[in-house]
Amino acid sequence: MSSLQFDIAHLLAGSLVLASFVMLYQDRLYSLLNVYALHASVLALSVAWQAYVQKAPHLYVTASIALIFKAIIIPVALHRIIARLGIHRELEKVIGVGMTMMAGIALVALSMVVMLRVTPGADALAREDLAFALSVVLLGLLVMVTRRNAVSQVVGFMSLENGLVLAATGAKGMPLVVEISVAFSVLIAFIVIGIFLFRIRERFDSVDVQALDRFRGERR
Amino acid sequence: MTLDVLSAILLIPAVSAAVLAVLPGYRLAAQLNAAAALATFLTSVSLFVVEPVSGQYLLVDDLNKVFIVLTTFVGFTTSVFSASYIHHEIEIGRLTPAFLRFYHAMYQVLMFAMNLALVANNIGLMWVAVEVATLTTVLMVGIYRTHEALEAAWKYFILGSVGIALALFGTILVYMAARPVVGEGLDGMVWTVLIRNAAAFDPALLNVAFVFLLLGYGTKVGLAPLHAWLPDAHAEGPTPISAVLSGLLLNVALYALLRFKMMLAANLGAIAPGPLMVTMGLISVIFASLMLYRRRDIKRMFAYSSIEHMGIIVFAFGMGGPLANFAGLLHMTMHSLTKSAIFFAVGHIAQVKGTQKIADIGGLTVTNPVLGWGLMLGVVAIVGLPPLGIFMSEFLVVSSTFARAPWLTVILVLGIIIALGGLLLRVGVVMFGEPKGPTAPAEASYVPMFTHLALVAMAGIYLPPVLVTGFQNVARLLG
Repeated sequence: MSSLQFDIAHLLAGSLVLASFVMLYQDRLYSLLNVYALHASVLALSVAWQAYVQKAPHLYVTASIALIFKAIIIPVALHRIIARLGIHRELEKVIGVGMTMMAGIALVALSMVVMLRVTPGADALAREDLAFALSVVLLGLLVMVTRRNAVSQVVGFMSLENGLVLAATGAKGMPLVVEISVAFSVLIAFIVIGIFLFRIRERFDSVDVQALDRFRGERR
Repeated sequence: MTLDVLSAILLIPAVSAAVLAVLPGYRLAAQLNAAAALATFLTSVSLFVVEPVSGQYLLVDDLNKVFIVLTTFVGFTTSVFSASYIHHEIEIGRLTPAFLRFYHAMYQVLMFAMNLALVANNIGLMWVAVEVATLTTVLMVGIYRTHEALEAAWKYFILGSVGIALALFGTILVYMAARPVVGEGLDGMVWTVLIRNAAAFDPALLNVAFVFLLLGYGTKVGLAPLHAWLPDAHAEGPTPISAVLSGLLLNVALYALLRFKMMLAANLGAIAPGPLMVTMGLISVIFASLMLYRRRDIKRMFAYSSIEHMGIIVFAFGMGGPLANFAGLLHMTMHSLTKSAIFFAVGHIAQVKGTQKIADIGGLTVTNPVLGWGLMLGVVAIVGLPPLGIFMSEFLVVSSTFARAPWLTVILVLGIIIALGGLLLRVGVVMFGEPKGPTAPAEASYVPMFTHLALVAMAGIYLPPVLVTGFQNVARLLG
């Protein structure tokens, strides 16, 4: 692999981490969705580049799923759902932006330390890909725990899943990648349909998950 | 021939799911559901007769035979219970025929997914199967469309999704560890290839992978502190689903965990997975048994009891060794049978009384003696009183680990005793207190419940030698 190919792969994976960071400090649902669409587009580029570098044409399928389904259909659908449910107000966060960013930096540092240390044997591209992927996964989890709003938690989960796809495509020659990305898309579609069909807005009067916590099955 | 048996286990539920999805008339659908489950069970029993051959995608060995037969058996008895349960739900209008069609189709999809997870010889395929099983149960938990049910389904959905996402990351790491040794492509995910070559894998990568797998599949097993979805999902879904969740789905996730534990054990450089599992198991036991004291909802209470028992089982497997593994397997079997029997009883009781609140149920042994004593027998079994099966398996767990780790075992016994107190305290009121609520006789099907309880009672006194040797083989396999 030429160093240019490596650098581009590196750049794209790094951009995905950056997009995760941008997601961390969004305080409006619409802008969060836009950042997610960007996140998914970067993922699509990164996967397509891996497909080209590894000469693995089946990965183009994964890349197009990422582009069409995740970067276009899902954000548009969520936009509509948000508009219909009337919840495009500011997001409530559990902790402040500063603390969230610090936590994010710590998580990225952690994943670098863990992944680079345990994979000295693997080739450089796969190593760095895995480290970046773990960062994206952990940042996705951070988005999920720092938001109280159900839709933004779902967006956090979807960004986490993008990290997994990055890891799966980075692992050279991994079988079933396409199948797994399809399975994940089904899962995400279910979640989005779930928001709409379960009418979380109507049922719980709010998509604020704090309202869900009211119920513990233990009311007197 | 053998491949036919394997595919039949998967095809019967898949085809019946398709048929049930379009079949009108819930009575016929319920019968067909039970018939399909029976056919799957009988097919799975034939695995013992024909010598199975493993392929690239599907696998049968001593370990998963036990799980498959248990799963299909409880799947069958639950479908029989489900038939009488939904009859009542239709009468009171909690479910409509359209929902029931969906329910029956989903029941078979769940059976399909669990069987697929158990026979998969590919860790990617196994992951997909566990995901499908999770999705179907989420849909079934939310089927009543009440505020509480939707909320429970949502919680289960989000936590379950995070769990399986972490499990996938672990799976990818296992592939990364395997790739330098077994080469690129499909082989890197075939379990039989992986276990054969596990000794040469990079231990550091395997360690990290196992942490993700433990957190991921551990969420589905319901280990504390990852258990938050479990009580809600059990309490708010239809009771047959609570029975299947507790009795089977937790086992399937545990099975996935055991497979990876075997892989780690085969690699000398990797950390021992045992201590991690022992710690999580003990935390679950203690936490869940303390939580039993404050329960007001009867299904939620038994859900916490499931967490406790999964804790005991994971503790036993974590300790390892032929004897502890044997005890863990036996305990898993006994818990599946007993807990689903309890949910069968609780389902009918909640229907008779029209509530799941412990405070509103009382004097069951007077008002509905058969159900009441059935539940009482189940509870006596589940808390581990002699001479029933769970006493036997808990005794084995304790005696096989006491010599090696006396203090840990003391903590475990403490947890079991706390749970015994909590359950008996709560259930005593339900059983013998002032009769409360409607006293109409139940239109129940007692056969599944008493079949399970009879099996558990028999296991406490006499274990057939065939079963013992079978379990011993598996226990040796688990290392």
